[in-house]
Formats: sequence, structure tokens, C-alpha cells
Amino acid sequence: MSIEDYEVVIGLEVHAELSTKTKIFCSCSTQFGAEPNTHICPICMAMPGTLPVLNEKVVEYAVKAGLATNCEISRNSKNDRKNYFYPDLPKSYQISQFDKPLCEHGYVEIEENSKNKTIGITRIHIEEDAGKLNHNEFSTGSLVDLNRAGVPLIEIVSEPDMRSSKEAENYLRKIKSILEYIEVSDCKMQEGSFRADVNVSVKKKDTKEFGTRTEMKNMNSFKSIVRAIEYEAKRQIEVIENGGKIYQETLRWDDVSGKTFSMRDKEDAQDYRYFPEPDLVAIRLSDEYIENIKNNLPELPESRKKRYLEEYKLSEKDAKMLTSSKYMSDMFEQSLKICQNAKAVANWLLSDISRILNEKELEADQIPFTAQQLAKMIKLIDNGTISTAIGKKVLEELFENPKDPEEIIKEKGWIQISDEGAIKEVVMRILENNPQSIIDFKAGKDRALGFLVGQAMKETKGKANPQMLNKMFLEELNK
Amino acid sequence: MNITELTVQELQEKLKNKELTSTQITKAYVDKINKNEKYVQAFITPLTEEAIKKAEEIDKKIENGEITNSLAGIPIGIKDNICTNGVKTTCASKMLENFISPYDATVMQKINKENMINLGKLNMDEFAMGASTEYSYFHITKNPWNLNTVPGGSSGGSAAAVAANLVPWALGSDTGGSIRQPASFCGVVGLKPTYGLVSRYGLVAFASSLDQIGPITKDVTDSAILLNVISGHDEKDTTSANIEKKDYTKALKNNVKGLKIGVPKEYFGEGINKEVKEKLEQAIQKYKELGAIIEEFSLNTVEYVLATYYIIACAEASSNLGRFDGIRYGYRTQNFTNLKELFKNSRSEGFGSEVKRRIILGTYVLSSGYYDAYYKKAQQVRTLIKQEFEKVFKKYDILLTPTSPTVAFEIGTKSNNPLEMYLSDICTVSVNIAGLPAISIPCGVDSKNMPIGMQLIGNRFAEETILNAAYTYEQVANFRNKYKPVVGGKE
Repeated sequence: MSIEDYEVVIGLEVHAELSTKTKIFCSCSTQFGAEPNTHICPICMAMPGTLPVLNEKVVEYAVKAGLATNCEISRNSKNDRKNYFYPDLPKSYQISQFDKPLCEHGYVEIEENSKNKTIGITRIHIEEDAGKLNHNEFSTGSLVDLNRAGVPLIEIVSEPDMRSSKEAENYLRKIKSILEYIEVSDCKMQEGSFRADVNVSVKKKDTKEFGTRTEMKNMNSFKSIVRAIEYEAKRQIEVIENGGKIYQETLRWDDVSGKTFSMRDKEDAQDYRYFPEPDLVAIRLSDEYIENIKNNLPELPESRKKRYLEEYKLSEKDAKMLTSSKYMSDMFEQSLKICQNAKAVANWLLSDISRILNEKELEADQIPFTAQQLAKMIKLIDNGTISTAIGKKVLEELFENPKDPEEIIKEKGWIQISDEGAIKEVVMRILENNPQSIIDFKAGKDRALGFLVGQAMKETKGKANPQMLNKMFLEELNK
Repeated sequence: MNITELTVQELQEKLKNKELTSTQITKAYVDKINKNEKYVQAFITPLTEEAIKKAEEIDKKIENGEITNSLAGIPIGIKDNICTNGVKTTCASKMLENFISPYDATVMQKINKENMINLGKLNMDEFAMGASTEYSYFHITKNPWNLNTVPGGSSGGSAAAVAANLVPWALGSDTGGSIRQPASFCGVVGLKPTYGLVSRYGLVAFASSLDQIGPITKDVTDSAILLNVISGHDEKDTTSANIEKKDYTKALKNNVKGLKIGVPKEYFGEGINKEVKEKLEQAIQKYKELGAIIEEFSLNTVEYVLATYYIIACAEASSNLGRFDGIRYGYRTQNFTNLKELFKNSRSEGFGSEVKRRIILGTYVLSSGYYDAYYKKAQQVRTLIKQEFEKVFKKYDILLTPTSPTVAFEIGTKSNNPLEMYLSDICTVSVNIAGLPAISIPCGVDSKNMPIGMQLIGNRFAEETILNAAYTYEQVANFRNKYKPVVGGKE
């Protein structure tokens, strides 16, 4: 048997922090990045005697996520306790949902090789995040930061429907995009507000039965997830091919070595002792409540795409790429408020900006400049203040040190020379220094003109207006 | 005038008429504590000096007209599992020996708003687990009627303090009988309200679906007054009921004519002490004379209530007490080299044997493979018990039972036999399982002058009905004038 005879089976559990202002069971702020233990209160610290009160927004956001992923919304749901000891879990139980999640039986469509594939969503449930352990640089201990304890999460559990790392990535991007569009999570992977547990198993292509799966927890970059799946699938196949056995266990993916490592003893399997949370009442949702959320769901990528085709006459491919990320698409729309050149804005976003994001391994939500700044830059090109070539330099500057493009070009002295006298001077000087080119041109060699214009651009460091240069060279040469 | 013999209603009257000041009242109680606390040992943290200071402030404010609450200046004792900002809340455990809550329980906010005075935190079984207050980490509280016997539990400190006139009234908590059984043992009145009537916010949780805070008082009127203070919806406790606030004193009509009282046979059968049974029968006779309609009936689920109760209560406790892990507050072991040892040793050293027993039991019944056979089954039986009560209350207005099958037992006789200790709860636990209100009032003493308690159980949120029934009986029984405890009584 060889690797080609196997198929990899992937299921994903996505954890997304909801962007509610306050935590799931108390009124502390959910804001990221505050000083440790400043967004805490007796409730999220689990002081004796405190009780949780469910934040209604959390239910609303989870229902939105369920509706946007074609789930059935449960009219009668409840919270459960998941019991385990860890210093970042102040109550020693996480309030989650066990057998009655808010949303079930959904799906999303992903596209691969221009073919649609449906990935099933088993369930979406609400739960609270744990705190964070910070390693103490001054001693051997760890310090507990409870700012994140009680930040609301939804867990989106997929069916084991993915058959390649690429499909897994597409699925994750799709889920991320949906959550961004319906504005329930900012999905910032680098801040851990969008992370996934990855379940991988392998099976021979001709069998229906799945192999034993391993799990890699808390992965928060697409690249690591793809690498981890590929590594783990290969490892499992090798073990099986060598007559070994796969054990169901939790693995740790190490990005540096590119390998997975066993985390827990398999003997030490956790028993979470789930039981209904007696401090909270059941969650009962009326048809009217669900209908109301459904009717007020924000525009989803599909309908935005349609709008782009009709309103801005973008190509199918461009419209699709723009709408695949809400940040990208929002930037597009916000830019159009300042600069009406939709084609140009789309082009900049999809070519140069996407290329730079790729090079820097950034996601669209990490674009450091604003839509206003981008739009201003495009306007400066459109009104001839700078050339497209300078525009690219401005863009690079915007990535490094974002500020008003006008200020950038002033500071750098990149304003296009459109003054007829000044350009004439350059043209005359270049002609004087390149008599051979004049002879060539007169002899019918058209590319001599291109050479001359290039020389002039070189001399003006790209600032001369290229149309004007062209025109004046022709005038002089034809004299 | 013996101030500490007065009920709160009488104190209120005398404060209003300027016959007494809060300082006089508080000092009278502090004197009593100084004199008798050494025998009874009802307190964990007495606040005598603070209370006198507070009383003086309140007197000034009353004089200036800054305070007009009718309960301003009345002292109260608080069971030590109710969180009090700035004052130790130990739950009678080594685990929380030095724990100071950073916030007030909702009931404490209500009490402070009335300008009442906290006289101290009262002893209890550790984390409210027990029926004798012998499981306190600190000391054993004695029954003021006989210092060799237990005051009951877990609110034994509260009941003993009220009986010995160390506080005019107190707050207790009741998960399976922890207010009613000690009230019965100590010859005072104890009310366990309907689940959800009083906010649990700030009550250190034992079993969340069963716990309720309630009053322990000298008489029924005081229970109604204190219930007025502590009841009401609290948005911090989503299990608290959002119902209209009532004045329970208005329910005390001294009339039970036509009241339908059901007497479940099972509570008068095997295991019940003969003298207890006799006094209960006399009380039933009294009710007949007062015009109530008495009928015996059979409660089928009785034999399952103890098992159901101990499974559910321990399951919830095993999870609720997980937060005592030595990380953020409370006891932390000195003896650890890794995280697992830190957890394990802090908990092993910080909890007492009864608490550990219940955590282990609760952990077991929730474990995978056992959940269905125990926890799930217990929840199903709980539904059956609730349904049976629903049916019974279609027929009767209240139910009448003994509060405990026996009078107070001698210290040390049951503390090493958990099963026998659990049997003390037989009459009281079904009330918690069904979330019903119930009151225990004294209905006489046995041949050794030990008080006997009668329990009246009402339908959900029918506190008015049981308070009135208890009050009406109290008027004719006249227990407080007939019988006195050894400590704090005849002096």
C-alpha cells in the first residue's frame, strides 16, 4: 500500500470569541489586551456565593451564527457544567452546553477546484472562555490572568466531512468570513479570538469505516493548521503501514519542528462529569424571537457579490475574491465613499495589497491603513498628482507607516511633475544627451521613444507625468 | 424589662415609642453574649464591639431623622455561609478560615439597607453539610436546652443563638432541613421559603437547586417580618422568582377554620420517637379544635426522598466546591511540588471529613458510566416527587409532619455514623427536593424538657398559608411562656 491509497478525514471544532461588550455571565468588559486582572469581578473570579447571569446578547449572537450556517435553532436549550481542575478555570467548571446546544444540523458550502462541497455542521453551542496563564519571568511559577475568564465563545463543531488540508482551510475561511459578516466575532486569530481544534484520522480509500482520530487543540493560524494536518496524516499512515496502531489522544503541534507530540497520557482520560447547570434557568426561545433575528441578519457574502456584479460591474472572479473577506469587502465599500473608481479600488485590493499581505503573512483584518487613506491615494493617481509607479511606493509606505498619502508624497517629494516648462527642460536635455536615439527614431525604430521616456523617468525619479513626456518627445522628434 | 426576651416585633414597638434605643438593645445582647456564649458557642465571628458602635451611629441618625426604617437598629445574627463584605465568611471550614468576602450577599444588602446591625457570624456544619453542627472546623455549638446535646444543623449556631437569646433573630440556610431541624431542636421558629423566593446571591453554594436562605426567630410574627426583608426578585440570581412582593405579616389572621391539613401517614410510622409522635398528635388535635379539617393520607414517594436528596445534593456540591482549589483564595497547602499536588493537598488538608465524603459521593454519581444509574435517575425521581406534591396540594392547603423524628441527640452519638446522621433529614428533605416552603414551630417538650418541632409544608409560594397556620397554633400553644431553655431562659 502507499500513501495514495489513503484518505485523510478531518473534523474541526472552531472556537470563536463573541464580540459582545460584556462577558457571558457578568458585566465585565471583554476588551482584549488590558492589564492583567483588570477586567474581573467577584463573579468571573468565582468568589464563593456568586452566581452567573446569562448575557442575552450571547444567545442572540449564537443564534445569528446558527442561522447563517443553516442550522436548526433549538427552542428549548440549557447550560451544563463541564468539571475539571485548572488554575485558569476559576470555578473549576466551565459553563458550556452538553446535550442541548442552541444550534444543530447546519452546513456551509465551500468551493474547491470550482466545485461546491457541503460541509456539515453538527452543532453550535455557547460557553465561557477560561483565563490565561502567564509564565512568570521572575520565578518558576505561573501567573493567572482572569481577564479572558468568562469571555463568551461559540463552539462550532463540523462533521468529519473534509478530505484534505485545503478543504479544511477553505472551511475555516468560510466560517471566519460568515462570522465576520454577521458581526458576531472579530475572528482575530492572532489574538486567539478564532481558533480551532483539529481532528484527524486516516482511512483506506476503499473502506467506509473511519480510523482512530487524534486531536490537536487551540490552533490559531491557517498555515499551522494546514501543515499540522498534512504532517499528522502522513504520520498516521506511516504508523499503520508499519503495522502500528493509532491511539485516540490529544497532540500538541509544534510549529518550529513541524511535528506533533503526545500531550496527555491516554490512561489519564478526562471525565468532565457534565451535568445541567443548576444556577441558570433553561433557555427558551420563541419562534418570533428567532424570526426577528433572521430578518435582521446583515448582508452575507453571496448577496454582496451579486451587488458588486450589478452595481460596480466587477468581474465574477474579482467580486468573489473581494467578498471572501469582510474586512476586504468593507474596505472596498468604504473607499468608494471617497473615490468612485470601483475598478481601481478593486484592483489595488486584489493585486498589490493582497500580494503584500501574502508576503507579510498577514490577514486582511491586519491591514494597517484605513480605507480613507487607500481611497485618497487612488484619487491622487486619478487626478495626475502621482503616477501609478509612485502609487505603489505610497502603498508600501502605507503598510510601514500609515498616514495621509498626501503627506507621504510631500514628505518624500513624490509629487508628479506636470509642469510643461519643467518637463520640456528634461525632454530637451535627454534629447541632447542621446543623439543616437533621435537617429534611430527617424530611421523608424519606434522603441527609441520608449528608451527616451525611460531615461526621462529615471532622471526625474519617476515623478514626471508619463503622458506629457510621451507627447513632448513625439513633438520634438517629429519637428 | 428583660430586653433579650422580647421578640423583634416588641423591640420594634419600643424603638418606635422611644422606650428603648438601638444601643440599649444591642448592649443587652452583647451582655448576654459575654455571659453565655462560653456555654453555647454559637458564634464563629462575634461582632459585639462593632455592633455597639453601629448602634450608636444609628441612634444618632434616628434622632436626626436621617433613618426612618422600622427595623433600624435591630441586631441580627448571620449564618457564616452568607457573604458579608469586610467580615470573615468561613463556612465553618479550615478552607475559608481567614476568608473575607469582597462583596455583600443580596440578603445582607437588604439587611444593611434596613439599617439592621450584624451581631456576628454564626456557627454551622462545615459548608452546611451536617445535621448537628458537630462538623464545624472551629467548635461544637451546644443546645441551650441541654448543653450535652447538639443544636441540630447545619444552622445550629443560628438556632442556638436565638434560643439562648444571644441574638434576637438570625438568618440560616436550608438545603435539606438545615433551618427547620435546628429550629426544632432548639425550640424556635425556622422558615425555609419556597425555592426562588429569597436570592441565593452571596450564599456560599452547597447544592444550588436546593439551597434557600430563611429566618430563624423566636416566634412566627418575627419570621414574617424577616421574610418581608429578605424576599424578592434579584437580577443577580436568575433562579429567583419574579413575583409580586408581599407583606407576610398581613397573612397572620389567627384563624384556621376550614383549613385543609393533610397528614402523611409515613411520617408517623417506624423510626419516629414516641414522645415526638404524641406531641404531634396533640397539635393535630389542637388544629381540629381550631376548626381545621384534618385528613390522613399516604405519600408514596417518601421512601425514595433520602436517596434522591443525597445524590442530587452531593452531585451539585462536588462541583460547587471545586472552586476551593488553593489558587485564588482560601487555604493553600505548603506541601506541593506540582500543580496536581497543589490542588490535591490543599483540598485534602482544607476540607473536613464530611465535606470530603460528600464530594467523593457527588463525584462518583456524576462519573461517566454511573451518571444514568444515579444522577439521572435521581432527577427523574425528583420529578415524580414534585408531581406527587402538586397532586397533594390540589387536595390540601398544608401538610403537617414532625420536623425531626427525634429531639436533639447527645453530642458525639451520631457524628461517626453518617448514615444515621442522614436519617435526621428524613422529614425535611422532600420539601427542598420539591422546592416548597415549610416552617418548623415548637409544639411541646419531651419528658426531659427537650423541644419538639412540628413542620407545616405549603404549596409553592404559599408562605402566607403556612405562616398563618403556624401563627394560629402558636397563639394557643403559648410555647415560649411555658418552656424555657437552660441557658438564656429563666434568669
